[in-house]
Parts: sequence; structure tokens; C-alpha cells
Amino acid sequence: MDDPVKLIGAFGSPFVHRAEVALRIKGVAYEFIHENLDDKSDLLLAKNPIHKKVPVLLHGDRAICESLVIVEYVDEAFAGPPILPADPYGRAMARFWAHFIDHKSSRPSWLALWLDDGEEQKGFLKETKENLALLEAQLEGKRFFAGDSIGYLDIVASGLAHWIGVVEEVTGVSLVGDEYPALRRWSKEYTSDETVKQCLPSREHLTTIFAGKKEKLKTAARMMLQQ
Amino acid sequence: MAGGGGGDELKLLGMWASPFALRVRIALSLKGLSYEYVEEDLKSKSELLLSSNPVHKLVPVLIHDGKPVCESRIIVEYIDEAFSGDGESLLPADPHDRAVARFWASYIDEKMFTAWMPIFAAKTEEEKAEATNRTFEVAETLERALRECSRGKPFFGGDAVGYLDVVLGGFAAWVYAIEELFGLKQFDAARTPLLVAWLQRFVELDAVKEVMPDSGSLVELHKARQAQAAAAADDDDDEAN
Repeated sequence: MDDPVKLIGAFGSPFVHRAEVALRIKGVAYEFIHENLDDKSDLLLAKNPIHKKVPVLLHGDRAICESLVIVEYVDEAFAGPPILPADPYGRAMARFWAHFIDHKSSRPSWLALWLDDGEEQKGFLKETKENLALLEAQLEGKRFFAGDSIGYLDIVASGLAHWIGVVEEVTGVSLVGDEYPALRRWSKEYTSDETVKQCLPSREHLTTIFAGKKEKLKTAARMMLQQ
Repeated sequence: MAGGGGGDELKLLGMWASPFALRVRIALSLKGLSYEYVEEDLKSKSELLLSSNPVHKLVPVLIHDGKPVCESRIIVEYIDEAFSGDGESLLPADPHDRAVARFWASYIDEKMFTAWMPIFAAKTEEEKAEATNRTFEVAETLERALRECSRGKPFFGGDAVGYLDVVLGGFAAWVYAIEELFGLKQFDAARTPLLVAWLQRFVELDAVKEVMPDSGSLVELHKARQAQAAAAADDDDDEAN
């Protein structure tokens, strides 16, 4: 497929990172279209009318939305090293844990980080610790979730490898402590991978962003609690 | 890769009223696969369920040669991939069509199911009306999705039923039950004509008729649950006095 590839994204988004890593693993050249999420472009609204979010992958005249859908698309549409394993059971397991990260684990960890001290925050912290223990067990002595090299679940979990550390520093809340040696080792492996480094926003830059939005994010977390 | 060397023992842990379990039953039916069905009492979950899905403790769980697969959409894709030689392919062949199908499947679970919940929980007519309007928005969006995916053919999957038909179709019996319980037509001829025709076609399929629960039973189940909840609330009131 020689159709041009473009990625609509925003700096600092862990979801956009997922799409970029997948493209780079496959060696696909792409144009990055930088989106200002406070003033969304006609292009974004046209290509992702349902959710109006980044990332959006444009491949020729096709638009693909939702980071997990994009990663699977990239795996299937382009030649190169496989991102998902070949065997159906391995694929089902990778998808299961990806769904766990996005749907079960992310909300409590976000709330544990951004809520003020109190009963609720402690509750979410406890839940997060349990979720992290499950992910720790999934690594079970492997270098990456996928084995010897980066795969689908590593890409999906990348927020844990890099973004979480920044937010821990900004908020002073520790999530991925010493009781998760496998996750901590995996984080270093993931963030020092040559392909990943090409599309990983710097810690310094992310710290500036999160520190700058600290009050806004704390307010948003309190509102999230009402939902 | 069907019938691999003496294995292929399939067991499905489900619950008769669950739309998610129904998706898996329909998929197994479409593929012509035999399996042992285990009805779970969700108020008293079996050891097998708790050990097969320790993370969520939910149905459905498909156990294939002793290995559990959880999450209904993931199970349906698994069935399609592990039994690719049996029956029709559920996912389309083209990567973009597959991405579109997965996108809408995710939308259905994120928006449609959550739009329904407030209808069941509504205490006032106003709440019910607001909840109803939201479900209409979702239905109209799905109507556009059907037009886009079917390209004039009978199903989301084209000429034959596919993954997205199964994902949406898991809710078929509840669509009828909701109409009976709340007088609310999720898919109606004026707003969503394609979906109306699609639903009629879908529930007529042998593979679906074999496994779909009767919507009257779902109505009875909901009424029984309401009665139980009301009785429990009365007990609480008595205790407060």
C-alpha cells in the first residue's frame, strides 16, 4: 500500500504515542498533523465526527479512529514485525489486558493520582495497587509483556511506563513503587527502546504540561467522581 | 485451524438473559461449533467462573481446552480466529473494514449499553424522557454506521452476518423487552428504517433463533428484579422506623 499516511495527533498524548510506536515498528513513513485540542480543526471534526479526538490515522482516503483500533489496523495493513502474536489465544490475552488497562485500571489510577487526600483517594489507591499487581504478574519474568520485543500490550501499557512517572512527581502520589520490580524494570526497558524513543515526549516537557494544568486536573478529577 | 488434534473442547459460562453471553452463543451457532453451556447463577457464582475470570468475575467466559477467554467482543474475535475453517468468517477480510467494525463495536459497548441504563433507573417521567432521547441519538448514529458498513446489503457484514451484526445483535431480545416494558421503540421506521429491517432479518436467522431468549421472559425477569428491589427498600424503611 503506497497511499500516503498521516497521523492527526497532539503533543504529549499517550494515545497518540500508541499509534506512532505502531507505525514506527512497521517502518511506515507518516506525516504528523499537529492538532490544537482547544481549537479543533475542520479536518479532525470531519475525520472523527463521533468522538472528535486524537489520534486519527489517515491512510489514503481512509480514516481510522480509536488508538487500539489504529494499532490493530497498522499491524494488519502494513508489512513488518508483528505487533500482535500470531496465535489466537495469545491475541485474546493481549486484547483482554489492553481492555483491562483502558477500562478497569485507568480511571481508579487517575483518581488516585489527582484527588486530594481522603477516604475516596485511599480507596482508589488501594484499587490501583491491586490492578498494578495483576499487571506485574503478567510480566512474569519477561522483558516485555509480549516477550523479548515490544508488542501490542507493551504499546497499550506505555502510559504506565512513562506518563505515570511524570504525574507521580507532579502530584507527589506514588503508584508504581518498589513492590513492582517487574513493572519498574519494564518501564526502563520500554522507554529506552530505540523505536519508542523516537516518538516519546520528554519527561521535562510533560512535567511542564502537567504542572501547568495541576489545578485544572484536580478539579476535573473531583467532577469525574460525580459521574 | 479447526479440529486440532483431539482437542477443541468448548465450554461456555453464561447467563440466559445476558446480551453479552448471547453474542458468544450466536457466534458459536454461526460457526456450527458444539459446546457445553453452563448457566451461571450470578448471585452465587461457580468456582469455575471465579477461577476462569478472576479479574472481572463476569460472564461470558469461553473455555477452550481448559483455557479461558473473557470479554464478549474478544471471545467473538477469538472464535473467528481459532476456528477460521468453520463456517463464514465473522470479521471482514480488508483491514480498513475490520477497523471500522471494531470501531463501531467499541462504540456500541461504550455508548449504547450505557445509554440504556438510565432508562431502567429513571424514577420520573422527565428522567425517562431525557434518557430516551439519548438512546435515540445513539440509534441514529448506528443507522449511519449500518448504511456505511452494509453498502446496501442486508447486514453490517454485507451479504452474510458478521462480527458487528453479532455485537449489536446480542441486544436484540432486550430491544423487544424495552419496548414492552417502557413503550420505547429503540429502532423505529421513521428514524432508523435500516435498523428496523436489519433487526427483523437478524432475529429470523436460524443461528439466532436457536439461542435467543424470549423477550417476554426478559420482561418477567426485569419485573421480578424490580419487585425484589422494592421489597428490600421497604425492609430498610421498616428498620429506619
